[in-house]
Formats: sequence, C-alpha cells, structure tokens
Amino acid sequence: MAGSVPLSTNRPSTARQRKTNESSAVKWILIGAAVLVLLWLIVLPLIVVLTEALKQGWLVYIEAISDPDALSALKLTLLVAVITVPLNTIFGVAAAWAITKFKFRGKQWLVTLIDLPFAVSPVIGGLIYVLVYGANGWFGPWLQEHDLKIIFALPGIILATLFVTFPFVARELIPLMEDQGQQEEEAAVMLGARGFKIFWKVTLPNIKWGLLYGIILCNARAMGEFGAVSVVSGHIRGETNTLPLHVEILYNEYQFSASFAVASLLLLLALVTLLFKSWFTRKSNH
Amino acid sequence: MHSSTSKRGVLPGFGITMGYSVLYISLVVLIPLSALLLNSTGLTWEKFWDVATDSRVLASYKISFLTAAAAGLIDTVLGLLIAWVLVRYEFPGKGIFDAMIDLPFALPTAVAGVSLTAIYSANGWIGSLFEPLGIKIAFTPIGITLALMFIGIPFVVRTVQPVLQELETEVEEAAATLGASRFRTFRSVILPELLPPLLTGFALAFARGIGEYGSVVFISGNMPMKTEIAPLLIMSKLEQFDYAGATAVALILLLISFVLLLLINSLQRKIRKTAK
Repeated sequence: MAGSVPLSTNRPSTARQRKTNESSAVKWILIGAAVLVLLWLIVLPLIVVLTEALKQGWLVYIEAISDPDALSALKLTLLVAVITVPLNTIFGVAAAWAITKFKFRGKQWLVTLIDLPFAVSPVIGGLIYVLVYGANGWFGPWLQEHDLKIIFALPGIILATLFVTFPFVARELIPLMEDQGQQEEEAAVMLGARGFKIFWKVTLPNIKWGLLYGIILCNARAMGEFGAVSVVSGHIRGETNTLPLHVEILYNEYQFSASFAVASLLLLLALVTLLFKSWFTRKSNH
Repeated sequence: MHSSTSKRGVLPGFGITMGYSVLYISLVVLIPLSALLLNSTGLTWEKFWDVATDSRVLASYKISFLTAAAAGLIDTVLGLLIAWVLVRYEFPGKGIFDAMIDLPFALPTAVAGVSLTAIYSANGWIGSLFEPLGIKIAFTPIGITLALMFIGIPFVVRTVQPVLQELETEVEEAAATLGASRFRTFRSVILPELLPPLLTGFALAFARGIGEYGSVVFISGNMPMKTEIAPLLIMSKLEQFDYAGATAVALILLLISFVLLLLINSLQRKIRKTAK
C-alpha cells in the first residue's frame, strides 16, 4: 500500500443538490461575517505586533533584537527547545506505539494522563517543580547540600517546558496510528522483519507527516511557553530569561517598541509553524 | 516468535515502549504532581479551608470562571460560524483563513497578551473607539474575556470542522425534499449532530481559559477582587513564599481541570464512536 488511505473521502460538492444550499445572499453574509470575525480576532493582533514593533523605526527595532540580553534570551530559548523537543518526540512515538498496537488494562488512564498538561494551568506546571526541587521542596535541602540548582536555573526551565509540551507528539500520533491498525506491521513480522525495522520501514512512512506536525507544534510551544517557565525561571537577565519572559520584562519597563520587537521574533516562529503545518496537512492528504 | 510477545500479539516492542512511557510520565508528571497532592508544604485542613474561602481567592475563582465561560460561549457561536463557512463554501483566500485559525495555538501567549493589551487599552486601535463612550476594555473583565476568546477559538473550530466535513448530506436532502426550510433543516437535522463537537469545543476552550496565564496577565491589570485571575494568585503567593497558600489555590484549580478533562475525554470518545 503506497499511499495511505485518506482519512476523509472527498465528496464532490457539485453532487450536493441545490435544495441543500443556502441562497446566495445568505451564503455571502455568512462568509462576510466569518471573515470579519477572523480579521478582528486573529489577524488584528498579528498586525499590531508588527506596527508596534516598528513604531519608532527600524533602528530601535534592530537595536532591541540585537541587545545582548535579547540575544542571550534567544540562545536560552533555542537551547531549551533543542533539549525538550527530541525527548518529547521519543516519548510520543513510544507511547503511541504501546497504546495503539497493543491491548492492555488501564489504557484509557494512560491516554487521559497524557492529556493532563493540556488541561492543567501552566502555572501549576511550574509550581509542582518548585514543590519538588525548590529550596523548601522535597529534594531542596539535599540539592542545596550538593550545591545543585534546579529551580531558578536551566534544569527547572527544561523540566517545566517538558511538562507543558509532552502531549503534543503523542496526541498527534495516537489517533493516526489507531486508524491505520496493525495489519501492515503484522505482515512485516510474517515476512521476517524485526523490532525497530518494522517501525522504520512500515509504520514511519504512514505517520511521518503527522509526526512532523506534532514535532513543530511541540517546538512552537517549547519556545513560547510563558506561565510554567515564569514560575521556575527567576527572571535573571542574561541567565534564566527566555524570549517570552524578555517580552514581559521589556513591557513592564515601558520599553514597548523593544518589547514588541522581541515579540515579533516569536510571531515569526508562529507563522513559520503555521506554514509548515499547512504544508504537512497538504502532503498527508495526497 | 518469542513466547513473551505472543500473549499480546505478534508485534514486538510492548515491554520497552510501555516501560519507557510509564517511566517518563512518572518522572515528568506523576512524581511532581504527587508533591502537590501529597501535600509537601505541610498544609493543614484548617489552613486549606482558610485559603480556599478567603474572599480574595473566591473572587479570583469567580473571575476566572465567568470570563472563561463567557469566552467559551462566544467562541462556540463564532467557531460554529467559521467552521460552517470553511467547510461548506468556497471563497477567495479560504486556504489562508483556514491556516490562520491555528495561530493562537502557535503564538506564544505572552505575545498575544501584549498585542491584545495594545489593541484594547485607552489609546489602542479598538480601545480608543470605546473610550469616548465611557467603556473601558483593557484592565476589566471584558479584556480578560477577549484574551480568552483569542486563545479558545481554534479549539471550537478544529473540533466542529471534521464532524461537519463527515456529515452525510443525504439526511439534509431528505429533509429538504420533505419540504423543510433550510433554517429548519439546520436546526433539527444538522445542529443535533454538531452538539457533541460543540460541547467538546466549549469544554476545551473553557478548560484552557480557566488555567490561562500568559495572554491574560497583561490585559487584566491584576487588581485584587476585580481582575485577578486564579493562576495569577498562585503566582503572587509563590512570590511571597506562601507555598502552602499557593498549593491550596492550585489544588482546587487542579480538581476543576481533572473533572473537565474526564468530561472532554468521554465526549471525544462519543464523537469517535459515532464517526465510525
């Protein structure tokens, strides 16, 4: 089976009878209303980021994003993403394999557990690590004795980011692999394929676009997380300040143009993510 | 085949993938979460009750609840409209609009927060239109609701869209043939089918709204009793090193999230079942 079965069959819209279509006036009123809502709710905030960033000219803009504090925030944000995204990708693939290819008790619980970070406030995502590793936390005294720092340092930021981003890859893959069943993999076993080779040669080609989509969503959230990271970061400039936190610091110092300039970098990240997303969806539908 | 794998079928890798998943979840979620549940801060029932019924805490729950519910409801109506237009009609620029729906998923919440504040503050593009009328948007519950609407809209659109796409048009055709008006067909044939995804979308937006922090802190103004949301209260208790207080507020918030999550999961299972 070369191309996987498309999830939705394309029903030709021309086949729909005229009786089940709205009158042309109603149709265009609905379209107009929907477009207006989208322009107001989603496009306007995007435009305002750019206009505010460039309000005081390019010079201020360039200065803001080439500021040493901004650069070190960018570096930290990239570092956090480089560590957390691969870890969560491996977890996502492993969890999706176990959940979709086998039957076991408590499966529904495991799925619910994976969804948990989506429902829990990111602030709680940060708080739980403070309770475990903070100065007054479970391991706090032990860590202090050994001069190890987790909270208000890089490890804490990584842990909090892991927490909020770990469902993304698994959540993308589970429905996809569930729909595909396991006949292809079983056939590969019968033909003598083993272990990881089955995943690599049989499963992966079927799920690759979904997997990539999960990874870029995970990455966007890892680079953009604010609430959870804010709790554990300590906001030390040039040290534990990520890009989103830097936006906040500049904003609270009334350096609005600089704040929006840094925000525009994160907006760019979001737009690139959306671009990849629509590319992946188009690919997976063919 | 090895006898150990035959019990679960012929496919390999159950032990290692399952073991790794459980270990990872334990390290990243279960152990830290148990620190909250097992009361590592020495929170007594008395203190818990004191914090939970404190008027400032109660006010923050009320604000979080009401704004998240209002935003979820408005998103449900607007999301249905957008999903309908995207699935049923063709118009120029449709592909771009469809892609833009996901922007709130991809945009860091802090960016949304500063941008929305700029739009709705007294000298902002929209805020300045309402200022002469004596209506303030930023730094009021209206502003919080608008921020949560931005965050929540893709949840509704993306849950309704696939169901609408799969909807059989035969029943609609039958209804039309039997003389039902288009509006009546929508109300009594299409809407009942869309009820589960609409409810799911609302619940997802609501759940996200209750816990949301980044997009709200800037626009809310954070005035105690008036525009202070529950997640922010956790944050300020932490900043005052009141770990027990933060734990108490977080426990209630967590309980609400658990209930919502179970509800959403059962709704989603229902949708998947009827889809098959």
